[in-house]
Amino acid sequence: MKTIKRISLNVNGKRHELDINAGETLLEILRERLHLTGAKEGCGVGECGACTVIVDGVPLNACLYLGVWADGKTITTVEGLATEGELSKVQQAFVSEGAVQCGFCTPGIVITASAMAAGGRSYTRDKIKQELAGHLCRCTGYQKIVNAVELVLKEEQD
Amino acid sequence: MFLVEEYYEAQTLDEALLLMADKPERQIIAGGTDLLIKMREDPVKSVQLISIRSLEALKTISLLDDKTLSIGPLATFYDLATDPLIRGQLPILVEAALTVGGPQLRAMATIGGNICNGAPSADSAPVLFALDARLRLQSKDQTRIIPIQEFYRGPGLVDLKPGELLTAITIAEESYRGQGGSYIKFAPRKAMDLAMIGVAVTCRLAQRQHFEEVRISLGVAAPTPIRCIRAEKFARKKAVTEEVMAEAGRLALAEASPRSSWRASREYREHLIVELTARAMKTAASRAGGLEND
Repeated sequence: MKTIKRISLNVNGKRHELDINAGETLLEILRERLHLTGAKEGCGVGECGACTVIVDGVPLNACLYLGVWADGKTITTVEGLATEGELSKVQQAFVSEGAVQCGFCTPGIVITASAMAAGGRSYTRDKIKQELAGHLCRCTGYQKIVNAVELVLKEEQD
Repeated sequence: MFLVEEYYEAQTLDEALLLMADKPERQIIAGGTDLLIKMREDPVKSVQLISIRSLEALKTISLLDDKTLSIGPLATFYDLATDPLIRGQLPILVEAALTVGGPQLRAMATIGGNICNGAPSADSAPVLFALDARLRLQSKDQTRIIPIQEFYRGPGLVDLKPGELLTAITIAEESYRGQGGSYIKFAPRKAMDLAMIGVAVTCRLAQRQHFEEVRISLGVAAPTPIRCIRAEKFARKKAVTEEVMAEAGRLALAEASPRSSWRASREYREHLIVELTARAMKTAASRAGGLEND
């Protein structure tokens, strides 16, 4: 038995009206209905952070967030960061620092870092690690990721 | 995709209580970080959900007229860690909140869910035990208020009757005013991990040197979070010394019944209980304004 709900949400500046099943996650809606495949399902239980998207300014795990909850919300995925083909500062920092290897975790981490940058606060290296604690990366050993975030947050403050 | 047979977004508390009274098998969903994971583990079973996420009144953290602190069960761990009232009056709860999961989960997971799912490893539980928190449980026909110690019945089991909803967590003024507190979560990782053992201690000192009052609570040390009454009685009126705190740690162990699990052996947990109880007491005493005695 299916429970269909109508939701209206803004994703990367574009409004969508969708009839969804109450059991669908926001991640499924983004990937399978809107074909925004940047956010990934890694663990599906909120541990790896690969599905992280920004909901009304706050990075959340889209795999544990029902689509019905996204009604009326503004969502940013990694696809929404670049403007007119130009990478955002955070994305550029990841490229400059070589903070990407296989790339599976990257959209999630870039999203969390983008929310940090948007907040305009300053972060120590330790604090950056704490803020990124909800993300797993199996390739990089994290150092270059932290370097990239450090670089961009330093730039933001200057 | 989760199998959701029915989904209700309750707009008022009364509506939520009516929906629950109507069909007690309906499940309450708030943050979703626990229930959705359980639903994923059992994808064959369809569920009927009542969401209480729109009940703004249950998110409120406030100081009542008699200085009782009231925490809405929908407050997320992020809310708790950043709320000025909690930061000012209950720093031990901030300390515990920041050990939960990671930033994304803390922004989603609620303190009410942390308690109501009955997990022995809930980080908020030992702290609320050590603060003598009380829970307001409401159903369509009645409201009752019980100490949190009476709420826990077993692993994953709490005293929520069919149709009952947790609507407030309260902490009386005498339980937090002038208290020093410490929560130690022992886990292999600093984030995204469950407590292997959790210890919460709150205390009030006399002349900055004696335990006037001390409350010790353990998580993952028994089928439910527990208070260590004998250890507390022993330490009361005694000087804040290494010996007293070490003995309280040994007494706390006598009241615990940790088990072996894939995360840690019973023996390891026993060792942790003794050592961490003493350490948490030391930190709590120091935060209560204690002077070094040794």
